[in-house]
Amino acid sequence: MPNNSIEKLPTYLEIPPIKKNSMAGKGPFKASIDIQKDLGFPGEKVDNWQQIAIDKIAETKSKYRSVQVFLDSCMKCGVCTDKCHYYLGTADPKNMPVARQDLFRSVYRRHFTFAGKYFPKLVGAKDFDEDMLDDWYNYFHQCSQCRRCAVFCPIGIDTAEISMAAREVMNVIGVGQKYPNQILGKINKIGNNLGMPEPALRDTLADLEEEIEEETGASVKLPLDIKNSEILMVTPSADFFAEPHIDGLIGYAKVFHQSGISWTLSSYASEAANFGMFIGNYDVMRQGALRIRKAALDLNVKRVVVGECGHAWRVAYSFWNTLTGLGSGGSDEYSLKLQNQLDSNYPQPQHMIEFTYDLIQRDKLSFDKSRNDHRVVTFHDSCNVARGSNMGDIENGQFILPREVIKAACNNFSDMHKSTIKSATFCCGGGGGLLTDDLIDLRIKGAMPRMHALKQSEQDNGVNTLAAICAICKSQFSKVLPNYDFDPYMIVSVHQLVSDAIILTKDSET
Amino acid sequence: MSSISIFFTFFFYFSVLIFITGLSYKIVQYWNTPAPLKIPIAPAPLTKPGVLLRLAKEVFLFATLFKSSKWTWLFGWSFHLALVLLFFRHLVYFWPGEIPLILLKTEPLKYAAYPLIFGLLGLLGRRIFVDRVRYISAPSDYLMLLLIFLIGASGMVMTFANNHPNMLLVKNFAEGLITFNWSELPSEVIFLAHIAPVFFLIAIFPISKLLHGPGIFFSPTLNQVDNARKKRHISKWAMQKEKNTKIDLEQNQDEGG
Repeated sequence: MPNNSIEKLPTYLEIPPIKKNSMAGKGPFKASIDIQKDLGFPGEKVDNWQQIAIDKIAETKSKYRSVQVFLDSCMKCGVCTDKCHYYLGTADPKNMPVARQDLFRSVYRRHFTFAGKYFPKLVGAKDFDEDMLDDWYNYFHQCSQCRRCAVFCPIGIDTAEISMAAREVMNVIGVGQKYPNQILGKINKIGNNLGMPEPALRDTLADLEEEIEEETGASVKLPLDIKNSEILMVTPSADFFAEPHIDGLIGYAKVFHQSGISWTLSSYASEAANFGMFIGNYDVMRQGALRIRKAALDLNVKRVVVGECGHAWRVAYSFWNTLTGLGSGGSDEYSLKLQNQLDSNYPQPQHMIEFTYDLIQRDKLSFDKSRNDHRVVTFHDSCNVARGSNMGDIENGQFILPREVIKAACNNFSDMHKSTIKSATFCCGGGGGLLTDDLIDLRIKGAMPRMHALKQSEQDNGVNTLAAICAICKSQFSKVLPNYDFDPYMIVSVHQLVSDAIILTKDSET
Repeated sequence: MSSISIFFTFFFYFSVLIFITGLSYKIVQYWNTPAPLKIPIAPAPLTKPGVLLRLAKEVFLFATLFKSSKWTWLFGWSFHLALVLLFFRHLVYFWPGEIPLILLKTEPLKYAAYPLIFGLLGLLGRRIFVDRVRYISAPSDYLMLLLIFLIGASGMVMTFANNHPNMLLVKNFAEGLITFNWSELPSEVIFLAHIAPVFFLIAIFPISKLLHGPGIFFSPTLNQVDNARKKRHISKWAMQKEKNTKIDLEQNQDEGG
């Protein structure tokens, strides 16, 4: 794919005229029989798929108010049409949020509404036939579920909900996407998305400890499976091996080291990411969350902290309490046990940024900011953090806290254009289960609006460092930055900035 | 009564019947469908008063639409506001018995017809001339605008071009519908062209995109408090599922350290 060609960025971010079928195709690789069966889905497309799909739609809309209300309530005002990064980057009209929803809505209307049954042409209702299914597979895998459209919809219609429901319907008829489903199989068997077993993880962490000691002279630990620690740290497994993620992990370790609070990682729940959300499956998502609950119980910790991962934080912040009763209000015996065990003085779970921010507020960390003086930093708000979570329990805390942490560690910070950050942030182009090489063309094109804003910041303010708090964003940017004539190493973890500037106590008297 | 009067009288009750039963059905359906997960969209309020304020801003000011597209907001908001004002203007016809003073002073509201037509033409123009909006428009989307345009235009012709039908007949007909004391309606074509699309729109309200009216109040992205960490949010079906599946936390216990 065009990994060596440089994409041209327009001077102004213009809304392209529609270019029909410009992203038509077969979609990403399909999941194999084994992958599908591991998740309890049919291995291949079932014979009576249409009937099963219609039944599944009926079930989904009876279980999710979002789906039912969103299917009914769109008045086709069209203000979302220019809000999707994939539309801006590809000009394919089916990448306009409303048109993407309409793939679902037209089927809903045909099979479930009076007007669609008797006057299909009038209201744009369509049969769920093979062509429609192909469009579903192709275009619901061109949605990163970033929810930018929902921020701009006057009715609050969230395409992510529709896209999740659509993927669930497709899985149930045996048409699954390889990338997320394969990963979900690994997490269920081994505990993380990489399929990295405990000994490998232990080795990696030991190497890192050595590395940090060599570099800083401080014996910063990365503990694994230590019972009765104060904190269980759950982080995306990319933090254990991928660049630049790993420098973020080192940053967490240094912050914990300075805080004097004991912490541990878990080999059983060595993954914060939860791709169950991407495929819209409540049960799969719950399984992932239960692993973490079990780890917290087994390790007898007082707090659960989540590392830098966008959708993981949405799942943790918004869904964990619902899925597992972690925090408060759960009624099964394990959740009650956990509620007694966890320290109610802290939010459960807490984001690593919240943890570090709190220490900064209480003057517990000292920084030599000049170590980051070669950097002019900007912050990429990751969609799921920005639009689906909070930090610090203050309004807009999810925008404030990461920036405050960066500013505590860096002298030069400059935001990108305001129409491209915070709740209006542009997706990196690789979220929602699309971070796979078979979608690289889409990923490059979808990154365009973000790259455009970054280019402006580079030109206007000399920005040379892009900080993020999401494993997917970091991987995606490393890959696509060169396509837009940027240095691929300009993407860093926020905790890498912390790591570089933090002043460590060398005698480990803590 | 003339057959045309009988037809329109039936048409009215038929439409209102569909409106009430259909809308009740949809509202009960929305009400009874659980929202299993917390999905408020940023900027999400952290408190209940915050949610009420958010919904009020959406319903009365179309705050998000303003953020998204200034032109669409101008057309859409003036159109909806005009509809509300014109609704009040028409109450006087339907009010049974002695008319409250306030309704007798609603005459100036007739000028709301201008922003109504302005908004409609804007929305129609957008649908026709913006390629993206044209792409997503079904025939029904145009038809809806045209019907309301027809209502507005016929109303304006009667009001501003001195083509008033017999107002006494209008009053008797409208009041008669409410009091079940039916009487003849004025049979001028312009008047019939005014009320037929009104009755039709009332009828299709619960089976069309007009459901965005009740829909906005049930939209989980807008009506949820962002407090998932503090307060457990769980749906009935998820709770049932939780009770029915035994979780064996004992397995792999040895891995704990």
